[in-house]
Amino acid sequence: MSARSEGLEAPVLLEVKGLKKYFPIRKGLLRRVVGQVKAVDGVSFAIRKGETLALVGESGCGKTTVSRCILRAMAPSEGAINFAFEGRTVDLATLPRKRLRPLRRHMQMVFQDPYSSLNPRMVVGDTIGEPLLINGMTDRAERRRRVLELMELVGLPGAAINRFPHAFSGGQRQRIGIARALALNPALIVADEPVSALDVSVQAQILNLLLDLQDRLGLTVLFVAHDLSVVKHVSDRVAVMYVGRIVELAETEALYRRPLHPYTEALLSAAPTPVPGAVSQRIILERDIADPANPPPGCAFHPRCRYAEARCKVERPDMVEVEPGRQVACLRAGELVLRGITDMPHEAV
Amino acid sequence: MVDPILSIRDLHTEFVANEGIIRAVDGVSFDVFQGRTLGVVGESGCGKSVTARSILGIVEKPGRVTGGQILLRPETGGEAVDLLQLGPKAMRAIRGPEIALVFQEPMASFSQYYTIGNQIMEGIRLHLKLSARAARDRAIELLDMVGVPQPARRVDEYPFQLSGGLRQRVMIAMALACDPRVLIADEPTTALDVTTQAQILDLLRELQQKQGLALILITHDMGVIAEMAHDVAVMYLGRAVETGPVSEIFTAPKHPYTRALLRSIPTVMAKPRTRLPTIEGSIPHPSNRPAGCAYNPRCLELIDDLCRVQEPPETGMAGRRIRCFLHGGRP
Repeated sequence: MSARSEGLEAPVLLEVKGLKKYFPIRKGLLRRVVGQVKAVDGVSFAIRKGETLALVGESGCGKTTVSRCILRAMAPSEGAINFAFEGRTVDLATLPRKRLRPLRRHMQMVFQDPYSSLNPRMVVGDTIGEPLLINGMTDRAERRRRVLELMELVGLPGAAINRFPHAFSGGQRQRIGIARALALNPALIVADEPVSALDVSVQAQILNLLLDLQDRLGLTVLFVAHDLSVVKHVSDRVAVMYVGRIVELAETEALYRRPLHPYTEALLSAAPTPVPGAVSQRIILERDIADPANPPPGCAFHPRCRYAEARCKVERPDMVEVEPGRQVACLRAGELVLRGITDMPHEAV
Repeated sequence: MVDPILSIRDLHTEFVANEGIIRAVDGVSFDVFQGRTLGVVGESGCGKSVTARSILGIVEKPGRVTGGQILLRPETGGEAVDLLQLGPKAMRAIRGPEIALVFQEPMASFSQYYTIGNQIMEGIRLHLKLSARAARDRAIELLDMVGVPQPARRVDEYPFQLSGGLRQRVMIAMALACDPRVLIADEPTTALDVTTQAQILDLLRELQQKQGLALILITHDMGVIAEMAHDVAVMYLGRAVETGPVSEIFTAPKHPYTRALLRSIPTVMAKPRTRLPTIEGSIPHPSNRPAGCAYNPRCLELIDDLCRVQEPPETGMAGRRIRCFLHGGRP
């Protein structure tokens, strides 16, 4: 039986609360702080064991910054990141670096670009085995056994153990990256756009691999992506981000069928579908994404929102639980009836 | 049937590399019509960008066009001109006023040292022989046409001051500066966010309708093709393996590659957490091209002793052609 069968009642592995990350804008000779880029501005969510939560949004929305804060590749400005492991819970946001180190093996990252994220001078066996060595597996033969096991797990031929990354295709390199991330049996995998640099025919292979691995190993995954079609195939729940905040969070099917936030509606309608003639009713958003250094007052989405009212320009909406498991940050959430995938002409005309 | 503006016939472009000769484009043929969009779709290494560069005569060294014809029909009618027979000077008169290109990476394709106005005006002054004043007015008019807000102010800005979406709009304005009849857009939205992509595709569609442009849209994204193209050419390792009207390619694909490719696309309509049908293996490097049909190592329907040995010829009728032994051409 799959490790995921516990379903959505599983215990929470990671809880992010009120996470903020501000970057100072410095100017002048004295490098005075003249402003703040609010890359992440109050983000809260929880991931259960065995679940995949997708964090979606367009460039600059802060999704990558959130993932980096969770891995403590950068220190958050504010907020808590509670990580449950070995029966206790620690706050990663405030933990000193030294106490963080033993925790790192429990959280691993799969990177976007398999071309630049592998050391070109290291053979595959060493790349995958490095985390094992660092974490005390000094016996060469034992390490080799584990590396071969990992290579088989991700579908790489064991015979390739002594080859360099350049000998592999993009898809195979991404498999190497995944094997390396899995080497230490982490509880949490953060995958930042793991398939966006791959060709379509290879993308499907890697998505399937991630689904298989999750079923077999009971992995918990934070899947950071911009492509709503890809996200649909892998995630249990989806959090949509816009200018540093989550604007909607719901179970995948529910969110796609009936979005509650106008931004989610626009994103869904903008996703190109491989059906000729399906564009007639597309919602085209005006203007560009707001600047996180200078976000508009009120709801950050209001300048592009076709449903905006006077109050949207002043009042900033908070995330509200509108029904069990569904949160949305929109002042008009209760009254708007928005179009989901079933209302859009995704079928051939 | 109307005559095509541009006909590519059996185009070959090769690169000389250490590994030997790489046939990046290996016998590609297609037609482009006024007011219609030809979508050229394929994965990396299929030769779609090299095809575009070959048409404009800007293939980078050590690459060169080694065969075929690129026939451009003059606006006034009459005999088509083979662009491959033209000298550098005559070619320069083609790029811009006849055929223009929108590049994929708007950041990398602009000079950082000149204002966008300057860069648009360069082409205008070269080809249309306008005064600086008139060229500037034309640049502002173009920026306005592609939906750049406050064009009179933006014209004096530098590329780094613009967002990705605006930069791509400026790139399109620049390509349209000399009223080309054929516009080639090479992955024009790949570097953009989805909502920005929707804006740019909308703009391209609108411009095409207004100006009757013939558009060649090069992309890896079947979704973009479905939305934009009238006709489609599916490329694999330097060849067009299937061409036809968009509705037929999507509803009745014939080539095993096209069919597999369409099945493997993730869509928002999928049930959450469902596996996708995949294409086994990966795309071979063009220097390592399999013998016979280039797709044979990944093909599930191959005819054993035929597809591994012999290359399938292009068969079918005008407007619907295919390279696969399952659909004809068997010896």
